[in-house]
Amino acid sequence: MLITCPYCGPRDLSEYTYQGDANRVRPDPASTDQAAWNDYVYDRINTAGEHREFWQHSGGCRAHLLVTRNTLTHAISFVGFAREHGEPKHLERRKGGKA
Amino acid sequence: MSPRRSSAGGRVDRTRTIRFTFDGRSFTGHAGDTLASALLANGMTLFGRSFKYHRPRGVMTAGIDEPNALVTLLKGDIREPNIPVTEIEIYDGLNAVSQNRSPSLAFDVGAINQYAGKLISAGFYYKTFMGPVIGPLKGTRFWMFCERFIRRAAGLGHAGTTADTARYERMNAFCDVLVVGGGPAGLMAAKAAASDGARVIVADLEAAFGGTAKWSGDVIDGKPASEWAAELADELAGMENVRLLPRTTVWGYYDGNTLAALERVSDHKANPESGEPRHRHWTIRAKTVVLATGGFERPLIFPGNDIPGVMLAGAVERFAGEYGVLPGERIALFTNNDSAYAAAANLKRAGAMVVAIIDVRPEISAAARELASKAGAEVRLGQAVVAAEGGKALTGVKVRNFEAATGMISGDPASLAVDCLAVSGGWSPAVHLASQAGGKPEWDEALQAFLPPKPTQKWIGAGAFTGAATTASAIADGQRAGLKAAGILAQGKEKLPSVSEPALDPSPAPVLEVRAHGKAFVDFQHDVTADDVRLAHQEGFISVEHLKRYTTLGMATDQGKTSNVPGLAIMADARGLSIPQVGTTRFRPPFSAVSLGSVAGERVGHIRPDRLTPMHDWHVEQGARMYAAGLWYRPMIYGAPGETVEQAYVREAKAVRESVGIVDVSTLGKIAVQGPDAAEFLDRVYTNLFSTLPVGKARYGLMLREDGLAMDDGTTWRLGENDFLMTTTTANAGKVMQHLEYFLDVVWPELKVHVTSVSDQWAGAAVAGPKSRDVLAACVTGTKVDNETLPFMGIVHGEIDGVPVMICRLSFSGEMAFEVYCGAGYGLQVWEALIEAGKPFNIVPYGLEALGTLRIEKGHVTGAEIDGRTTARDLHLGWLLSKKKPFIGSAMMDREGFVAPTRLQLVGLVSLDGRPLTGGAHIVENGSAEQLGQSIGHITATCYSPALGKYIGLALVRDGKSRHGKRAVISDPLRDRFGPVEIVNHIFFDPDGSRMHG
Amino acid sequence: MAEYSAFALLRNALHGNREWKPAWRKPDPKPSYDVIIIGGGGHGLSTAYYLAKEHGITNVAVLERGWLGQGNIGRNTTMIRSNYLLPENSHFYEHSVKLWENLSHDLNYNVMFSQRGVLNLAHTPAQLDDFARRGNSMRHCGIDAELMTPDEIKRFIPALDISVGGRFPVVGGLIQKRAGTARHDAVAWGFARGADRRGVDIIENCEVTGFLRDGDRIVGVTTTRGEIRAKKTAVAVAGNTGAVMKLAGIDRLPIETHVLQAFVSEGLKPFMDSVVTFGAGHLYVTQSDKGGMVFGGDIDGYNTYAQRGNLPIVEEVMAEMVALFPGLSRVRLLRSWGGLMDMSMDGTPIITTGPLPGMYLNCGWCYGGFKATPASGWCFAYTIAQDRPHKFNAAMTLDRFKRGFIVDEKGQGATPRLH
Repeated sequence: MLITCPYCGPRDLSEYTYQGDANRVRPDPASTDQAAWNDYVYDRINTAGEHREFWQHSGGCRAHLLVTRNTLTHAISFVGFAREHGEPKHLERRKGGKA
Repeated sequence: MSPRRSSAGGRVDRTRTIRFTFDGRSFTGHAGDTLASALLANGMTLFGRSFKYHRPRGVMTAGIDEPNALVTLLKGDIREPNIPVTEIEIYDGLNAVSQNRSPSLAFDVGAINQYAGKLISAGFYYKTFMGPVIGPLKGTRFWMFCERFIRRAAGLGHAGTTADTARYERMNAFCDVLVVGGGPAGLMAAKAAASDGARVIVADLEAAFGGTAKWSGDVIDGKPASEWAAELADELAGMENVRLLPRTTVWGYYDGNTLAALERVSDHKANPESGEPRHRHWTIRAKTVVLATGGFERPLIFPGNDIPGVMLAGAVERFAGEYGVLPGERIALFTNNDSAYAAAANLKRAGAMVVAIIDVRPEISAAARELASKAGAEVRLGQAVVAAEGGKALTGVKVRNFEAATGMISGDPASLAVDCLAVSGGWSPAVHLASQAGGKPEWDEALQAFLPPKPTQKWIGAGAFTGAATTASAIADGQRAGLKAAGILAQGKEKLPSVSEPALDPSPAPVLEVRAHGKAFVDFQHDVTADDVRLAHQEGFISVEHLKRYTTLGMATDQGKTSNVPGLAIMADARGLSIPQVGTTRFRPPFSAVSLGSVAGERVGHIRPDRLTPMHDWHVEQGARMYAAGLWYRPMIYGAPGETVEQAYVREAKAVRESVGIVDVSTLGKIAVQGPDAAEFLDRVYTNLFSTLPVGKARYGLMLREDGLAMDDGTTWRLGENDFLMTTTTANAGKVMQHLEYFLDVVWPELKVHVTSVSDQWAGAAVAGPKSRDVLAACVTGTKVDNETLPFMGIVHGEIDGVPVMICRLSFSGEMAFEVYCGAGYGLQVWEALIEAGKPFNIVPYGLEALGTLRIEKGHVTGAEIDGRTTARDLHLGWLLSKKKPFIGSAMMDREGFVAPTRLQLVGLVSLDGRPLTGGAHIVENGSAEQLGQSIGHITATCYSPALGKYIGLALVRDGKSRHGKRAVISDPLRDRFGPVEIVNHIFFDPDGSRMHG
Repeated sequence: MAEYSAFALLRNALHGNREWKPAWRKPDPKPSYDVIIIGGGGHGLSTAYYLAKEHGITNVAVLERGWLGQGNIGRNTTMIRSNYLLPENSHFYEHSVKLWENLSHDLNYNVMFSQRGVLNLAHTPAQLDDFARRGNSMRHCGIDAELMTPDEIKRFIPALDISVGGRFPVVGGLIQKRAGTARHDAVAWGFARGADRRGVDIIENCEVTGFLRDGDRIVGVTTTRGEIRAKKTAVAVAGNTGAVMKLAGIDRLPIETHVLQAFVSEGLKPFMDSVVTFGAGHLYVTQSDKGGMVFGGDIDGYNTYAQRGNLPIVEEVMAEMVALFPGLSRVRLLRSWGGLMDMSMDGTPIITTGPLPGMYLNCGWCYGGFKATPASGWCFAYTIAQDRPHKFNAAMTLDRFKRGFIVDEKGQGATPRLH
């Protein structure tokens, strides 16, 4: 499998570390909603098909990437920086909005 | 009557003689021979014994699909088992032995198995060997008794135990077009693709490029096809943008057009060049792949079809055409298709006597008829071989009338005296790589074959791989594929070579089996017969996967290359379905077998890197016994002559408590956490507050995972307002780094923080003991180290021996202690300066054992206690859980199960019988070797405590805190250690910390 | 149906093997059953068998979308052991080993359980202490375990390079002698035949396309072979749990699906007897009765349903293999394959009632499902029949995550690729 890192170009699977499901939403840090935390920490969407997920280019620039990959074929349809394409909620917060 | 070398013809060099040994006998062959052709040329017909029935077997194919003729190659004590003779290029001194026979290939006692044929039919072992339900052989005993004999009989060659001394290389390659297969289609594809400068790699598993052109007898551009192919290969070899890889098997088609290939660099050489590897493992990443892998011929299934002398027609043709070897004096052909007729004509041209062509079809094409007459062969249409006869060599065949549509046999048998029967059941494209790439092969009724699936990755098929039956169509196909692969627009006027070849009918008759009395083999190596397939059907194992698994069809070393389609055909017939309704199995890597060492590549013998601290050599010179901690090597003890491990660490630990010691802490994880939001970030990462930490001070911190369990601990130093140096445990350095990066990239991208791993940039030494300040005072310049300048958890910058250092006063040992960090390149210089300065105080270097002893006495935790299952409170670190802020894990740490009273808690243990405690022992309330108690916990660390004069340990014990002062029993049945212990507080020594503060 | 035995073999051989009957019937589905089990793999078949045998519930259908045993029961490295650290696991897997020990008799089918031992190699004193802790834990649970010295290991497996290329010298090992291997396909076929003989309908080529509901309650399934109603619907489809549970509207579970590759070499004459695991990497090796070295390593480590792995793991596993057994360097890798693993969030499986009324769930086997086959079915059958877990699977509930009663053998937390 090759993943095209936006910094480093197409690189082999062996340079990356899988960092899991990118569909999870981390509750507000101060939230005490146990169900929401449990869902975030333990539950996974585990899609058979297009799957949004994080990969770290650990053997390269070490950036976390948001990758959309088909779990049935391993075809990759999108790669971007997690910082820019991660959780919408986080991005909003980054822009100064309230999350 | 036997095989022999013809006087002329073929591509072997008759002027060059090569000497080799087979089963201890010396033979000669010629340059260009395989072991198969050379042994045939010497009149050999018996090459091996089959797996189950030990039937005598000859060579059946001329390539990697060979199921029968496997040998073990010997290089001294190094053994290479199960290699088909058809794959081995001979060289002077080659030493091969036959397999799966005892005492000899000609006389094998295992052959008695065939007389039990009906008893040991497919799956027989599932129905017996269960043994008695009661008595001494109950349970698994009877089976295990029987299994011993079964195991002895199983397997083919012997593996050795001697390490392989050969070198293996790994290579990464990138190209625009990878052409797999160097036959006419592949060569044309390569030429077309390379014509506009694309980077092209062409791999072929054989020594010479050309594929079927090497022996087909076709004429291309007025030249013999073999010459045409050789010239084209030379032309490609001369192109800068083309790389030819002969003897290279592309065996795996992985994701992202990543292909794995094995190049046999020097297997064919008596003496490899200096530095030349045996094999090269290629990982090739290709923009586009051209699959021109050709096809495999199928056998026909009839009684006796495994007798030595029965071979595939294409193989017989190839032995004659390429190697100048006639596999028989009197050859007959038996076929369901036209390709055997071309073989017959070529055999005749090579000097063979072709007695007859037996064809199941009632009619044949005019072109086939013409070839038959060229071959001088009698044509027997509408007939079939109903029996092959002979023992260790074919003596003749029986032929009867055969109705292709119904399989009916009739009429009186005719006997033909032949010593070679060349059979052809049609051709199966080698779709393996395409199947690996994803996609399901599709059945083609006209060609009676599975054709490649629609591509799911970027590949284009060409030649016989796509079902193309003629050389002309393969060539045109190859050119088209090459242009397309390189993205060159076809003009429609590209020049194609002219091919002169017979116009044969590509469609075989849908007949693969002749049902007559006797054992008819489908999978030759595993001795799966047509009756076994029918038995599987009768017992309900009717899906193709059940068939394969129940009978082991297709599971032998050739992976069903010859047996797959005939097996399916028999099952389809039994079920009354068509072949595609029964289905095909998915092909998986490797396409053909690859040796383990080749894929391991250069990592043989040293599978992980060593990590060494800057002071490593010093430790070794001082006699340190080194200990592997993850990838690191760390001193365990600096043993003096005659000292035991315990004596050494006790001496070292005592020195720390009484005077001063020094330990290398360079392996600790070190992470620079920098930026305007660094303090905020650390507040979120650690359970305790770091934003309140003044510049120039350090603080002990604990971090949890998201699930609320303890993850790692360490001190973090505030070097500047926005500049922190975090330390982690040695084992978790990488994990913590990744944890921080994840949160910064994914969860809190709004934080302006940068983290950098600086573990390898800093060397560290901890100087510990009552005299530690004196040692520093003696060597540190540029700063004072007194209590005011450098209080507990204070940080100063100075120099030692002119080297800038950073010193933090913190303690793991419980003594007054300092960690001294300097640039890694100066680590040894600073270390030696500290040792020199410590001499007046008898400074002692100490290792991990003493470090462990000191920390156990102080009840500090490490990875043995922070084991991924413990909470902060379990470890008495609840005081670090800030209530002023949320932090990673804070929301999950109070779940019911994490605060349950039954949890294991950290305690101290004191041995009450004066004997050492053992790591990994369990703790019970009551119990003995005779009567094991109920485990209430386990020991995580043990030592002899010089401070207490006792054997002590740390343990995680259920509801441990409430047991302080109570007695329990250490229970270690594995090492037979039982005895009384007292459960105590986990801090054994100086609980108020006066020594390190003092 | 006729008993299998040596005499039966002989009698049939004399009659040209024409009298053998199908190992299990191929019935059409009935409109309704007491229990439907979705998934004709090892665990589903074993559940059906024990429902019939232990609880007298025989009006049962096992629904398999393709061919019986097409999942992980036929894609594993066949190892059986109960050498676990945590008692919650130990008792369960030991129950399994005990069922294994009599399984061939019980099923009248030779599943070839061979107690040739599973040896875990330790490469540092700290690791040996860890193994001692585990072995002692086993002993306190009544399970056999012993430590071995390097010399004993060398005698036990002469082909092993106990210096491991000088990099990771073996300092000892933990062996469970009652552990071993079995013939994987035979387990599926044996349970199928055993369940069939007790009246269970095994229905192949019958894919579940949806669930029938009565309010919240699951009352059956729709399939490619029609609607089938049931009082109780059990799901045992490890590797496809996510997809099947989505049909019931359960979108998220504490599971990720990963691929694990396995490998087999060409057949060799007897080379070693026991199962060996490498402690400084991730490798487990055995030699099958056919002579092939059967081995595997880590999962590929990313979500996938593709049953195909990638090259980095192949290279890693081969390197570890040659490091342990330098004599195998020239032996050839014959075949690799991939199986889909339900990786749970703590590495421990789920055998539970629910999560919906009328439904029962068995999943999350990570790559330990094969050895669990009998106990998994036994406990799941109990859970279905009694509507509550047996003590052996009491810790394997779905709500353990919410409640914090995690059973994390490796201590890796909710990172499935590390379990």
